[in-house]
Amino acid sequence: MVGCWPAGGRTRRPDLNLDRYLARDSVVHRLDARLKFILTVAFIVSISLLPIGSFAALGIAWLALAGLSTLARLGPLRLTKSAFFALPFMLAALPLVFTRPGDPLGTITLGPLVLTVSGQGLREFATIALKSWVSVQAALLLSFTTPFPDLVESLRRLRVPRLLVAIIGFMYRYLAVLTGEAGRLNRARQSRSAVVEGRGGGSLRWRAGVVGGMVGSLFLRSYERSERVYAAMQARGFDGEFRSMGGRALTATDWTAFAIVAAAIVALVLAGQFVLPRP
Amino acid sequence: MTGASRDVNPAPVGSVQAPDVHVHLHEHGIGSPDSVTHEHAHVPGALHGVPLEAPAPPEEVAGRWVDVEHLHYAYPDGFEALLGVSLRIARGEKVALVGPNGAGKSTLMLHLNGINTPAHGSVRIGGTLVDRKTVKRIRAEVGLVFQDPDDQLFSPTVFEDVAFGPLHMGVPEVEIHDRVERALAAVGMTGFERRLPHRLSLGQRKRVALATVLSMDPSVLVFDEPSAGLDPRGRRELIALLRSLDQTMLVSTHDMRLVAEVFPRVVVMDDGRIVGDGPTAEILTDDAFLEAHGLERP
Repeated sequence: MVGCWPAGGRTRRPDLNLDRYLARDSVVHRLDARLKFILTVAFIVSISLLPIGSFAALGIAWLALAGLSTLARLGPLRLTKSAFFALPFMLAALPLVFTRPGDPLGTITLGPLVLTVSGQGLREFATIALKSWVSVQAALLLSFTTPFPDLVESLRRLRVPRLLVAIIGFMYRYLAVLTGEAGRLNRARQSRSAVVEGRGGGSLRWRAGVVGGMVGSLFLRSYERSERVYAAMQARGFDGEFRSMGGRALTATDWTAFAIVAAAIVALVLAGQFVLPRP
Repeated sequence: MTGASRDVNPAPVGSVQAPDVHVHLHEHGIGSPDSVTHEHAHVPGALHGVPLEAPAPPEEVAGRWVDVEHLHYAYPDGFEALLGVSLRIARGEKVALVGPNGAGKSTLMLHLNGINTPAHGSVRIGGTLVDRKTVKRIRAEVGLVFQDPDDQLFSPTVFEDVAFGPLHMGVPEVEIHDRVERALAAVGMTGFERRLPHRLSLGQRKRVALATVLSMDPSVLVFDEPSAGLDPRGRRELIALLRSLDQTMLVSTHDMRLVAEVFPRVVVMDDGRIVGDGPTAEILTDDAFLEAHGLERP
């Protein structure tokens, strides 16, 4: 019964994609969650500071992440692959390709619409897309190597307002419960949603009504649960103020790793700004 | 956690036929007019001349560690959930609270640590009146475990949850680790500190929920339907666990076999009142009485 994580055993547990933690034994996993959090945020901010066309710098950043991913025993391409889920968001930057003034590379005709692709627009779009892709990978590295409760705890210790941290903690705990409830509601609906041959499953309007009812019922259940949870907190001495315990102290290894990565981030920003070529 | 309370622990499984084990528990108060409000009430006499349990802490009036007097309570919507409930429980005694849904069992339990405030009547724990001034102290004294462990376990990890009570009671940090360890050991969940509540089975979550109040070191444990939803193995483990704890205990349940196996004394509620109170062996064999209050034999 030694506590390992995630829980072993054959019991099927409700699926919840909030847990991205992958248990491994590595330097990256062992690094203090606070430092990892700070470094990740710093990395993402510096990536966003790179000028348009910093493809070389972004390439180095990507290689660095792949290296860390290997170090964390996740395999070099794990992050790259997992970050594809962010692709749809990059489409938001797509209009840049056609709206930025610059040297025209060609035109696309969509019926009455004639779109001109500009070289400058394409460069900007590619930079933004790559930046977000690399940033998502950095965030993934953090969540793959840090248990969510540790992240919550590190936010608390970084002096993020306690109420906010508590809300994040509750969200994490109760999203799991809520998805379970939603799943049961949905199953109950499905088991009563037989389709008579030749007829659809009700009009769209009607089905929308059913879903609306389910959402309402979920809300009410959650609301009632919140009252019970509050009573359970009161019963254990909660008086409106969240208290927390001190965690472990930072070790020399933590600080060394922190210094190395922080220096690398600064070097990347400077190199991207002044040294590396920008096509 | 009194040494004296060991004497009143229930006899082994199947002991329902041995009423002398607990007769001495009912010497105080149970036969007094205000504690019983129904003609069906069982009034156990001193059947077997078992000597009274002697040592009691100075602040405690004998046999009244938990002392509920004429409790009335109405919910904000006007529904009167409790209509004059009086109940006395001696220190170390294990009492089952049974009755149909809506009888007022949960409402009564919420009064014992001041979550609900009585409209009339009073609740005393170890001689201390439960009111706004004493409520923090009372909550350390009375550990209330809710029916749904998902309500009870609200923290991201098991450790944080078990530590929540002591932490918010102001227990020093060094001691909290110790308490968490002991509480988890008591419920057989050592090593689960870092686990996530939603990754545990229902039986495990129920045990952790129990640990979350054990870590507060209460003298009274109040459980709402601890065996609901458990599979047979989970139930067996729960029964063993309830037997192993020596705190004063009030447990509401529909599980009559659990009652028969763990609790020497049963209190029956119906419609906001206590309608029966006595040795388990007597109450659980009175078919007419059980029938009248929607209960069944184990």
